[in-house]
This record gives sequence, structure tokens and C-alpha cells, in this order.
Amino acid sequence: MPWIMRGLRHGVVTSRYPRLGDGYGDGFAGGVTVRGDVADAAVLDLCIADCPTGAITVEADGPLLDRGRCVHCGRCVDHAPETFSYSPNFQTARSGREGLVVPTVGEDDASLAVLRRRVAQTTAMFRRSVHIRHVDAGSDGSDEWEVAALTNPVYDVQRLGIFFTASPRHADLLLVTGVATVGMRDALLATYEAMPAPKIVVAAGAEAISGGLIGHTYASLGGVDHVLPVDVYVPGAPPTPFGLLYGILIAVSILAEPLGGTR
Amino acid sequence: MHEVTRSETPGAWEHAVRTRLVSGERFCGVLAREGSEAVSLRAFFDRRGVLEAEELVVERQVGRYPSLTSLTPAAAWYERQVEDLYGLVAAGKEDREPLVTRLRFRAGGELSEALVSGATEETLRDGSFVVPYGPVRSGVFESIQYEVTTSGENVERVRPAVWFKHRGVHARFEGASVADAVLLAERSEGVASVAHALAFSHAVERLVDGGVPVPAGLVRVIHAELERVANHVDSVVRHAEAAGQAVAYANLSLRKEHVQRLRADLCGNRFGRSVVIPGGVTGEPRVDWVDLRRAVDSLARALDQDLRALLETPSFVDRLRGTGTLSLDTVRRFAAVGPVARGSGVTDDVRMLRPYDAYPTLGQVVVEYPSEGDALARQIVRVHEIDASFHTIRQAIEQLAGFSSGQERSWRREISLVDGEAIGWAEAPQGELLYVVELENGVVRTVASRSASFHNLALFPSAFPRDVFTDFAFIEASFGLSIAGVAN
Repeated sequence: MPWIMRGLRHGVVTSRYPRLGDGYGDGFAGGVTVRGDVADAAVLDLCIADCPTGAITVEADGPLLDRGRCVHCGRCVDHAPETFSYSPNFQTARSGREGLVVPTVGEDDASLAVLRRRVAQTTAMFRRSVHIRHVDAGSDGSDEWEVAALTNPVYDVQRLGIFFTASPRHADLLLVTGVATVGMRDALLATYEAMPAPKIVVAAGAEAISGGLIGHTYASLGGVDHVLPVDVYVPGAPPTPFGLLYGILIAVSILAEPLGGTR
Repeated sequence: MHEVTRSETPGAWEHAVRTRLVSGERFCGVLAREGSEAVSLRAFFDRRGVLEAEELVVERQVGRYPSLTSLTPAAAWYERQVEDLYGLVAAGKEDREPLVTRLRFRAGGELSEALVSGATEETLRDGSFVVPYGPVRSGVFESIQYEVTTSGENVERVRPAVWFKHRGVHARFEGASVADAVLLAERSEGVASVAHALAFSHAVERLVDGGVPVPAGLVRVIHAELERVANHVDSVVRHAEAAGQAVAYANLSLRKEHVQRLRADLCGNRFGRSVVIPGGVTGEPRVDWVDLRRAVDSLARALDQDLRALLETPSFVDRLRGTGTLSLDTVRRFAAVGPVARGSGVTDDVRMLRPYDAYPTLGQVVVEYPSEGDALARQIVRVHEIDASFHTIRQAIEQLAGFSSGQERSWRREISLVDGEAIGWAEAPQGELLYVVELENGVVRTVASRSASFHNLALFPSAFPRDVFTDFAFIEASFGLSIAGVAN
């Protein structure tokens, strides 16, 4: 009896996202973005040298930042705030690895559109409900907290027809965290192969995308796509629950990714 | 490190270890340091709060050293780890199954799959069989495999296999800058990022003989205690989920989310990352003291009510009582640490044994610990510690608010790196955490760390004295460990 009252006391705590915006999520610094003003070459060089995962490169048009590598250490933001800043946007997941490099340029749109159409065709039938099998392929442990948070009352993904399933036989979507270790390779492949087609793979977190800070070692393959074909990449170190939710929603084509470049 | 005594012969080393164990010193683990020709093994002990080590240098050509497992069962996992990572064999040790990785280095340095593979031979009783449970299990879990021997319902034997997750973090430390190494430390056990960054930074600070500014020490304490609260709540959430207490699960997972959001409000990261650095912290908390105090008060009140109600809910308490009992003797023999040890009556806590940062200036709450040793006792320990953590956080906020002027509020001290080696520690939410850091020419040469998760998981098989399959989830949650920290 006391628990019934306790349950009712809070009222509704669940986010309205994606139907409406979420005040907290929208203000959360979900990724580093590249701004218009370019810092001095010397400062940029410092940013590149200091980046622990080599996420920053400089092209003719200016600096590029790979969110698939970024671990949010904030050094570039400290060195060159006019060029790099945290952006209050958690909708950073993309289908296609190239989409994680910011700022994206317009000419990639054609290839991106093809990629997205493929994902959309695969997942058309998941739109009403999708069952997720999560596999830890060598995470640092924090990613699992964020994945598990999706079922707490704030995110409550069941309301969107998203369910976690115990058996790969019932799963439509494989959500992978961690660097993809040599030790987990067989188990990860076996899980993927046990899933019925059509199926879709989401790599969650910088470690799953590129190996993050761990990168390649004798025991780490440096990213899930060394083992499986990945459809959607969710950046973050670890990705936040909102970031994960967005990634799942674009994977099942409930939400569409922005076209025309990303900042 | 002047706390280290080197033995010239294996026999002398074994004798020194035996003498310490007989005199009741707590075995903290064996940490290795790799040189070009030899590997140095240090057996660490806690002698009434002082950390000391017995060292043996083993030439690669020799490749063997005396096993300590007959002296203390807590040494068994360290010896398997040393063989996995450095190829040295503990002579006289029967269990040589790979633990942290099956990728072994051949003598020439070339990688190979472990030659010793598969489960160790064991004699099964009539009707008993072995079930490999994992590494992919139902639910959102870190990957681990438990080989469970059972005859149907009773769990007769459990053997954890943790090598699936091994990432080779120790190899990544080598040659890293000190700044990058802190980030790596945070990722070696992500749910205890703050504790790992602290233990690493403490080692560097001890090496250069430098402390941190008082306000930085206070900020460190706030982050470390919020991390403890988050981990302890996580453990209770898992119990509520396993026990099918839907409302308690919803309420407490909501609280955990609030703790994570408060941590993100303070520093931008939900796990308190990129805050702790050698010499202090990266900057001022992003929340004003008044708001922080208010947020902490409301969180503490809400958690207190929920946890109190949960411990008064018979259907929850009955599920945990008598489940996964660890006797005081078992806990002592395995020299367990953290809430796992405290639930059985061993009350060691590094924050009091070897206080660091601002802990000496903050009045510690004396917690009365239960000693039943079951899952319920471990959970009661966590509930008490959550309360104590909030008390400590409030004190730290009061003190920080007193530093009003800019001059006094310094967050970091510049450190000039020197070559050498030092040990650092912290009380992670899971228990005592140790880091031995060796610097050379301004970068890291080696890092050897020992997480509480590694040390405590070794006694997990002992937590099934008369327990059944359905107790598994409860016993596992009551240990509150992270597999990333075991196999990193």
C-alpha cells in the first residue's frame, strides 16, 4: 500500500520526447561542434596534438571533428573556444560513419540519402514496435548504465513500442556497446546470426564506433564494424539515454535524420 | 616507493608474505611491473592502515615464482592474471585456466591463443552438470560468463570467466601522457570513473610530493561521494528489479537518474569524467552552492524515504535475508573489501584508514554495520553509506561556500613531473582501489591497478553456500561490481 502512494506521488515524470521537445535533453551538451570562426593555425595544431583520440583534422575548408572518435574530454573547447564548442543537441546519431564528422558538407547528401533509404526499407516494419538485444562487446561499464536508463520512468521507452528482449531470436535491433574485444567477437557474431532478418545494428558510444580511447590493442578490435555491418552510429562517451533513444528512433525510421549538413 | 621490501630469493619472499599473513595483515593483491628482462611482483599488505609491499623480481628466463595460494586463497586470481599478462607461472598452483585474457604472449612476445583452454577438469557428482551462463545474458548486463555446476536447482559451484571483456587497457597506459592516462583510468572501470581518476592522480601527486588546493580536495570529495551514491542506488535498483518490485524499481531508478543529472550539472558529464586531474580538478563546479545544497537535500530526502520504505517491505527483505551469505571467516580469508566485506563485519574503509583529499577535514559519519553477511546485510551497508555520503557532501559544500574570494578558490596546482614510481589509492564505491604509477621522461612507463571489483569477484563463488539458481541475480547485484574493472 505505501508503494502505491509512493508511485503516484510524483505525477508524470516521463519525457514527452520525441512527440515534443524535452527541456532537459535539449539543453544537454551532447557533442562538440565546429563553429564558423577558425582559430590560428598554431592553436589548431595544439588542438590536434592534444586530442587523445585523433578526432580533429584540418581540411582546406577548415577543421573537421569526428564525433565517432570524440570522448568529450573538452581540451579543444578549452584551447579554441571560438572554433570548438559543446552544442546543446543530443540528436547526434547518424546512419553511416561519415555523417559523424562535423561540419558535414552538402555534397555527401546523395550518398547519405541512399544509405538512409536502405535503412528505412530494412526497418519499415519496426516502426510500430522494435525489440532490442543489447550486447556488451567490451565496454567500460558506463554504457550499460545508460542503456538500462532507457527503461526508467523518465525515458520509459516501452511507451514508444521499444522493448528489450532476452533472446536474439526475438530481436530486430542489435545494440552494441564497447570496443569489440577479441574475446567477444564470437559471441557478438553468434548473437547477430541468431537474429531473424531483417535486422539492424546500432553501435553505441565512441568505443563501439572507433574504439574511443582504447582504440586498437592486442585485445581490442577498435570498433564494432570490424565484426558486424553497422547501420546506425550513436556518438558519446558514453552516449546519453536521450542520444541512444534518438539513435534507436532513426534506426527504425520513426525519426528522420537532418539533411543538408550537420553542425 | 619506500614502502617496498625486496626479497632476494623466492623462498625469502614466500617467508616474508607468510609472516605478514600470520601477523594478521590484510592481503591487498599482487601488482606486477614489467621490465625488459624481468617482471617485478609486489604483494601488497595493509598493516593497520599502512600500505606495504613485499617484492620479488622474477627473471623472464626463470619464468616461475612460488605460488601464494596455499597461504591465502585471495592470491589465486592474481596469479592467474600474472600468467595471462606476463607469462610467469606460479609454481605449485593447480588452477592455471586463463582469467583476464586468453591471448597469451609467447616467449618471443608474439601473441597466441592460450594453450591452456576450456574448463578445468573436475569430477561431477552423479546428476550434476555444468551450465555456461553468459557472456550474453538476458537483460542489459556487462559481458561475463559464469560456469554454474548444478544438479537442477542448487548451485553447487560457480566459476566466473571474465576474459571476454579484456580490452588491454594496461597496454594503452604505456607511453601515454599523464593527462591522457587519467582519461584511460576513468575508462578502465566506467562506473567508478572518479575513483579511478583519484587513485591515479594520488599516485602522481605522491610521486611529486604535492597535494591539492583545499577547494579542489572538497570538489573531489563531492564527485566521489555522488559516484558512491549512484553505484549504491544502482545495486538496490537491480535488487528491486529482480524481486519484481515494480514501483520501487521505478522510484529508485528515477532517483538514480536524478543523481546522474546532478553529476552532469556539476561538470557536464554524467559520470563525473574529466574533473579529477593530478594537482586538483579541472575547474569550478558549474552549479552555485545554494542550488547545489538544495538539490542534494532534496535528493537525500527522497532517497532516504524510498530506501527506508524498501527495507520495511517484507516481500523485499525476505528475498534478501539469508541469501548469498558470506561468513566473516570467508571474507577475512579472501581479504574482501568494500560493502561486500562490510556486510560481514569487516569495516575497513580507505577513507578512514588512509584519508586523502578533503576527508581528514570532514567529520566522518560512524556507521553501524550489520554483520550477517547476506545480501540484505550488504544492502543495509549501502543504505547507511548513501546517508553518510550525503552528510559528507553537505559538509563539503558548506566548506566550499566559505571560500568566497577568487584568490582562495584555486582549483589546481601545477605539477612538475619527475621520474619514479608511487602508489595511489581511493575508496571506490566497490571498495579499495590501488594504482601503482611509474613515470619516465614525463610520460607513463607502466600502470598497474587493482580494482575492488577484481579483488571481490574472486570470492563470488563462495557466496553460494546453500543457494539456488533463482538467488543468482540477487547475489550478483549485492556484490555491486563492474566486469570492466575486473578484466580491463
